[in-house]
Amino acid sequence: MADLSVEFCGIKSPNPFWLASAPPTNTGDQIMRAFDAGWGGAVWKTLGQPIVNVSSRYSSVDYAGRRMMGLNNIELITDRPLDVNLREISEVKKRYPKHALIVSLMVESRREAWHDIVRRAEDAGADGLELNFGCPHGMSERGMGSAVGQVPDYTCQIVEWVKEVANTPVIVKLTPNITDVTFPARAAEKGGADAVSLINTINSVTGIDLETLTPRPSVHGASAHGGYCGPAVKPIALSMVASVAQTVKIPISGIGGIASWQDAVEFILLGASTVQVCTAVMHHGFRVVLDMIDGLSSYLDRKGLSSVQELVGLSVPRYQRWEQLNLNYRVIADIKQDKCIGCGVCYAACYDGAHQAIAVRPNDKGRSTVEILEHKCVGCNLCSLVCPVDDCITMKRIDSFGEERLPWTEYSKNPSQHPHVRSNRHDQ
Amino acid sequence: MHSIQTRPSKRRGGCTNFGTCQVYGCANFPDMMAESFHKKALARELRPALSKDEALAEANRCLFCYDAPCMKACPTHIDVPLFIRQIGTNNPGGAARTILSANILGASCARVCPTEVLCEGACVLQDQHKPIQIGPLQRFATDHAMAVHQKILTPGSPKAGSVGIIGAGPAGLSCAAELLKLGYQSVIYEAAERPGGLNTYGVAQYKMTPEVALAEVDWLIDAGVTIRCGVTVGKDISLSELESRHDAIFIGVGMGAIPGIHIDGEDLPGVWDGLDFIAALKRGDREIFEVLRGARVAVIGGGNTAIDVVTQASRGGAGKVWLLYRRGREQLSAYAHELELAKDAGVELVLHAVPHRVLGPARGPSPKMSRVSGLELGRKLPDGGEKLETLPADLVIRATGQKGAKLTAELSVRVDGGKVVADALGRTSNPRYFAAGDCVSGGQEVVNAVAEGQRAARTIAEEVLGKLGGAR
Repeated sequence: MADLSVEFCGIKSPNPFWLASAPPTNTGDQIMRAFDAGWGGAVWKTLGQPIVNVSSRYSSVDYAGRRMMGLNNIELITDRPLDVNLREISEVKKRYPKHALIVSLMVESRREAWHDIVRRAEDAGADGLELNFGCPHGMSERGMGSAVGQVPDYTCQIVEWVKEVANTPVIVKLTPNITDVTFPARAAEKGGADAVSLINTINSVTGIDLETLTPRPSVHGASAHGGYCGPAVKPIALSMVASVAQTVKIPISGIGGIASWQDAVEFILLGASTVQVCTAVMHHGFRVVLDMIDGLSSYLDRKGLSSVQELVGLSVPRYQRWEQLNLNYRVIADIKQDKCIGCGVCYAACYDGAHQAIAVRPNDKGRSTVEILEHKCVGCNLCSLVCPVDDCITMKRIDSFGEERLPWTEYSKNPSQHPHVRSNRHDQ
Repeated sequence: MHSIQTRPSKRRGGCTNFGTCQVYGCANFPDMMAESFHKKALARELRPALSKDEALAEANRCLFCYDAPCMKACPTHIDVPLFIRQIGTNNPGGAARTILSANILGASCARVCPTEVLCEGACVLQDQHKPIQIGPLQRFATDHAMAVHQKILTPGSPKAGSVGIIGAGPAGLSCAAELLKLGYQSVIYEAAERPGGLNTYGVAQYKMTPEVALAEVDWLIDAGVTIRCGVTVGKDISLSELESRHDAIFIGVGMGAIPGIHIDGEDLPGVWDGLDFIAALKRGDREIFEVLRGARVAVIGGGNTAIDVVTQASRGGAGKVWLLYRRGREQLSAYAHELELAKDAGVELVLHAVPHRVLGPARGPSPKMSRVSGLELGRKLPDGGEKLETLPADLVIRATGQKGAKLTAELSVRVDGGKVVADALGRTSNPRYFAAGDCVSGGQEVVNAVAEGQRAARTIAEEVLGKLGGAR
């Protein structure tokens, strides 16, 4: 059995599965039940100055009959009194000394305000601090949350203030609502952060009630942009985590649509050392962690790895720029006729939506028999993606262009190596 | 021998064993309750309506096949993938439009079609999955459309020309609806009291009740289809009168009664025509439930009508049901899935059985409803010989193929073996007469009659009415 325990910038945790700062970590009772269920750590819902919330706070995107592929919220930071939260933090820490208890913080951008909240959180017993520079709604309009995270200089400045007094590790939670997430990540590192966590939620409108014309969630006939999370955002989060992993040296806590052990492994492979989960718990409750733990453990065993740490970042070198990819690599689609059920979905997709490289004819069963036109197939994968049968369409390698690696940077027709193009660029 | 287990249920207010106690003689079972029980059992749907959530989940399983096999398997070629996608996008009205534009009786077909051998049988999701429940999805869409009184069809701009349609069954209704869409008037003459033909009188109750069939016809009447019920052509109105009133005549009279089997005792009152039997059950006649209660019933036949009769008899309160077929299992024309249904209902299949004589009469529950005292039959032996047996039957029901309708012989069109001779486009030997449905095929599905009636309407429009010229 592999060892699932991790040490994340000095914070020890029995496993890499943490609850993200969100409604599931609103109270000590919830967090203690989560620890009992198997969660390794939790990031307490953001503490700050008292706020009020609206009623009607969440809305979601259903897809193909499944609920909550994406979840959106316009809830703010904790609306419970600070002293109640602090008392519960110390109680949880006393009862669960081996679990990781991080406290998320967000206050106005004044040095004294940050010093004060950091001291209080640490006095209560926090194992670490997470600075919420990501919240995209409500708080950002007041100069906090993503308003800080979107300006690398502010990010750096506030991290420096926090580090002046903090005795525990400082994690900076980054917003995805920015052109290039590596800029604030670098700023956090420069300011002295011990780690970053990402992504926070994405600006979103989940939909509109077509009868009332009000975007969701409706607050008395109107709505505001919310923060989007859940399975729908995972690919965006993975890309950002990978970019940050290639940019900074401090550890990363991965967040964004993690609902299964496979999702968690993907984040870890792209550089995360812990993962944080929210939507899956808001959907199914704390018990989802059971399969995450079991799945990750089995996977590590199957791969012959003895700890989570050995897995961290293994896919990062394989995440490259397009221009580094081998242009001599070529695959074409291969259909296993004995598995084909004759739905013709691949044909419609290829003929109308891709490269017209599949032929179709009706067979004696009244279904479609499809055939790859190898000379027209560019190896785009689309047919293998739409095929409803496992392993019926696979991509097979062909070596028509030779074995030698040929990235675009070395390709003879590369227009950027053309003198005319280069001179144009200089003109600009 | 058998212990009676009653399963109390708050919802039904009592036992849910559907009359097994009757068989074994439970004395505490009030008659009235038995009747209402059996009426409920009779109409208990095999495939109940899908809830909205179920329909959405099922719709989302559909692969949206290219050149979809389900669409090709449907005689009316409903664009099945499209209507299922419309259900999936929460557009049941659009789904109903897609269905009804191809098949005006989409609501009844959703219930009575043998989807196992048509659309669902053709679904590509067979081996590793379950086929999409196309019938129930179609019902979901058409139920919605009926509930909101959605327009079933848009009449075409009025054109000169009128068609007299004989029979308000599926073929006639489909023909009338298609003519209306093309802008032509028609009048349907129906001998029965109510319209719908077999949809109203002959479909097994658990597939469709007369209420649903009649509601569907009302929907067509609202759209402009004219039906005169209780008018028998050849009696209340002569054929020559019909010819003078209309430019073309469409024959959609279906088939007639089930022929006699020419054995002794066949005329006894305890011997029934299978279609009359189903019609009586569907009407809810008191007497039929009384005579059936606990009775041992021998049903003669091997087609889908015979299956309907045995399953209906079993659900209707019969104590024991035999299905007697003169040949072997391989020759049975009933669909395999229907046969399973009969077996599930506890029906005993007796193969290679030839009825010889009905014994009786015997006293029934009332003078009006008498029974027989047995059925003598010969069991063919493998060596070619025959073994005589007597089944202790109380009722005998004939459910072999129907003979031609009475009117068919009176028409001035070519008839062969009781069936009107017509081509695939509905043309008969007489250029003013067109025909489709069971009276041509000898007995097929509702969906076939709809497809054929629609095609015949197009032929009439093109070859007769179109030549009249001018707007109405």
